[in-house]
Amino acid sequence: MTRKNYVRPLDIKHGRVDMGHGAGGRAAAQLIEELFVSALDNPYLRQGDDGASFPIPAGGRMVMATDGHVVSPLFFPGGDLGALSVHGTINDVAMMGATPLYLAANFILEEGFALADLKRIVDSMAKASREAGVPVITGDTKVVERGKGDGVFIGTTGVGVVPLGVDISGRNARAGDVILLSGTIGDHGVAVLSQRESLEFETTIESDSAALHTLVATMLAAAPGGVRVLRDPTRGGLATTLNEITAQSGVGMQLEEASIPVRAQVDAACELLGLDPLYVANEGKLIAICSPDSAPAVLAAMQQHPLGAQAAIIGTVTEDEHHFVQMNTRFGGRRVVDWLSGEQLPRIC
Amino acid sequence: MKYIDEFRDGATAQKIADRIAAEVQPGKRYSFMEFCGGHTHAISRYGISGMVSEQVNMVHGPGCPVCVLPIGRIDLAIRLALESGVIVCTYGDTMRVPASDGLSLIKAKARGGDIRMVYSATDALTIAQQNPEREVVFFAIGFETTTPPTALAILEAQRMELQNFSVLCSHVLTPSAITHILESPEVRQYGTVPLDGFIGPAHVSIVIGSRPYEGFARDYRKPVVIAGFEPLDVMQAILMLVRQVNSGRHEVENEFTRAVTRDGNLQAQAMVSKVFELRTSFEWRGLGEVPYSALKIRPAYATFDAERRFDLTYKPVPDNKACECGAILRGVKKPTDCKIFGTVCTPENPVGSCMVSNEGACAAHYAYGRFKDIAVVVQPATAAN
Repeated sequence: MTRKNYVRPLDIKHGRVDMGHGAGGRAAAQLIEELFVSALDNPYLRQGDDGASFPIPAGGRMVMATDGHVVSPLFFPGGDLGALSVHGTINDVAMMGATPLYLAANFILEEGFALADLKRIVDSMAKASREAGVPVITGDTKVVERGKGDGVFIGTTGVGVVPLGVDISGRNARAGDVILLSGTIGDHGVAVLSQRESLEFETTIESDSAALHTLVATMLAAAPGGVRVLRDPTRGGLATTLNEITAQSGVGMQLEEASIPVRAQVDAACELLGLDPLYVANEGKLIAICSPDSAPAVLAAMQQHPLGAQAAIIGTVTEDEHHFVQMNTRFGGRRVVDWLSGEQLPRIC
Repeated sequence: MKYIDEFRDGATAQKIADRIAAEVQPGKRYSFMEFCGGHTHAISRYGISGMVSEQVNMVHGPGCPVCVLPIGRIDLAIRLALESGVIVCTYGDTMRVPASDGLSLIKAKARGGDIRMVYSATDALTIAQQNPEREVVFFAIGFETTTPPTALAILEAQRMELQNFSVLCSHVLTPSAITHILESPEVRQYGTVPLDGFIGPAHVSIVIGSRPYEGFARDYRKPVVIAGFEPLDVMQAILMLVRQVNSGRHEVENEFTRAVTRDGNLQAQAMVSKVFELRTSFEWRGLGEVPYSALKIRPAYATFDAERRFDLTYKPVPDNKACECGAILRGVKKPTDCKIFGTVCTPENPVGSCMVSNEGACAAHYAYGRFKDIAVVVQPATAAN
């Protein structure tokens, strides 16, 4: 018996956008599939990856990816909206196996937003772009009336080229493949939460916000043709990203909880708030799915790179018509690791 | 992690599981109800039911405060936000509970209601201070665990002479709900729900102590073990219940000695009794009207009582006919007995309250345990390039 991951279709007639549609979980996936993909349908959009890879007349393939960046608060330990908007889009391009070349940025500013804060954000964006070697070559600015925005929103678009012989997509996972994770999960989400109004708590955890394209290049060079899927587990966290891949590839997954790296402080903060680190956002981590024979070389390459020093093998791709992500718990039991439903909300007691 | 990892140790878990397997009597079934949603969550998240003997059957009880919140109470909060222009503050879990007209607090927010998720009752007080021109209502829900903070918020509001703060009080009481289940026809007359014992709620007992359970352990001859929410706590509690059943005892035992005492937190109890009094009856979702099972604000604090301040009249609303939440909350049915489980009713579109919070029986089973209902190939296939 196969059940769709969500059953009731979107209620276009009466429904409204709610916060769950932006949380990167199953509700967001449903909105994208039933509304955006349905209306704008074309083969590139239907690939369902974080970017689209397309042929160019001169031969070869390019990738284009776009992302809207909204975060509250705008400044958080280890990062800010500016750097995030550069890293996020570079990573979307890199997760297609492409070398990112250029960025475009558009700013939606709210009337009354302090120019000093805007300068901090733009300076941080410039620094991130310089460090990554991916310049912002065009942009746009709009201002909306006070109350119609949240200070500043940044949309960035990135383009890159796919090296010959590279074919990375969420559709490529096969039973028997090995699942690798580049480092600890939940750092970004916890760093942002620690600064959120009415929830401030002391932590030394910093966002892991980082551009991952050099890590990707190292991995691809270590095992040509061996890496099949790359994805950065941002909103919705590791759990939701793995569920996206199982749905795209028509497979299942078996994880080992004990192999998934989580910082003790992140674990403690999640414990306190009743959250599960598997669903907490990351901005500088990636998941790689590799053929079994290439996994050792890819893992070794990741661990040699500063952004993959804590990389680990966390599980295996399985045959499963229900596309379940399952996990052997550290405790000794077994559970499903499901999609995030709506927003992850703190439990009341 | 210190103080956490010790209670999640797999090797110790296996030892307890082996102990349970050794002590269950041949051919005997043991049915235990975990009353608290925290236990339901732990059992599902750590896969505990797959680790203990098959002779032990865990029945999910009505211990998720979100699950037992009746539709009519949420409707009151939604009406305050949409019709009276009030800022409604509430805990996160409450936001997604289905109410009338296809609404929930999160959907009412998308329709323009000023509804804010808070992490504590004090946050609602702060919002009231920051918005002196607006009425702010804290939609207070939960068992004895969340009641003292609400009482404190009301006392603080009085001290600060806040004119724009009130509480829509929907606090409920644990012991009366357990008694109600034991008095239900299914358990008492028909015996369709064999219950051999209860895992009692730890956080609630930190406040009220273990003493309130002594009466019904004695009167109904059902053992109770108060247990913490870590997986080892739950497994230890199961072992303690098996031992009580085997020896024919029906006592209140305390597994959670690191925080629970017989008398509980007397200071918190005094504050609660200063601000609240018993309601003669209160509707629970799935259980119906339960006598003396909830609290209301005492007349001395009437100015902070949203029901009086806005002249609210409670109107009961029946659950969706296809929904089996009521029977599931009473332990009569399992989530998979419900025809709409996992098809029409999913975490994205919960029809019933048990599918809302991840402490609800249906949501916990859907999110963590549904692989058990369907044969799934989990062994990796032959490697392919």
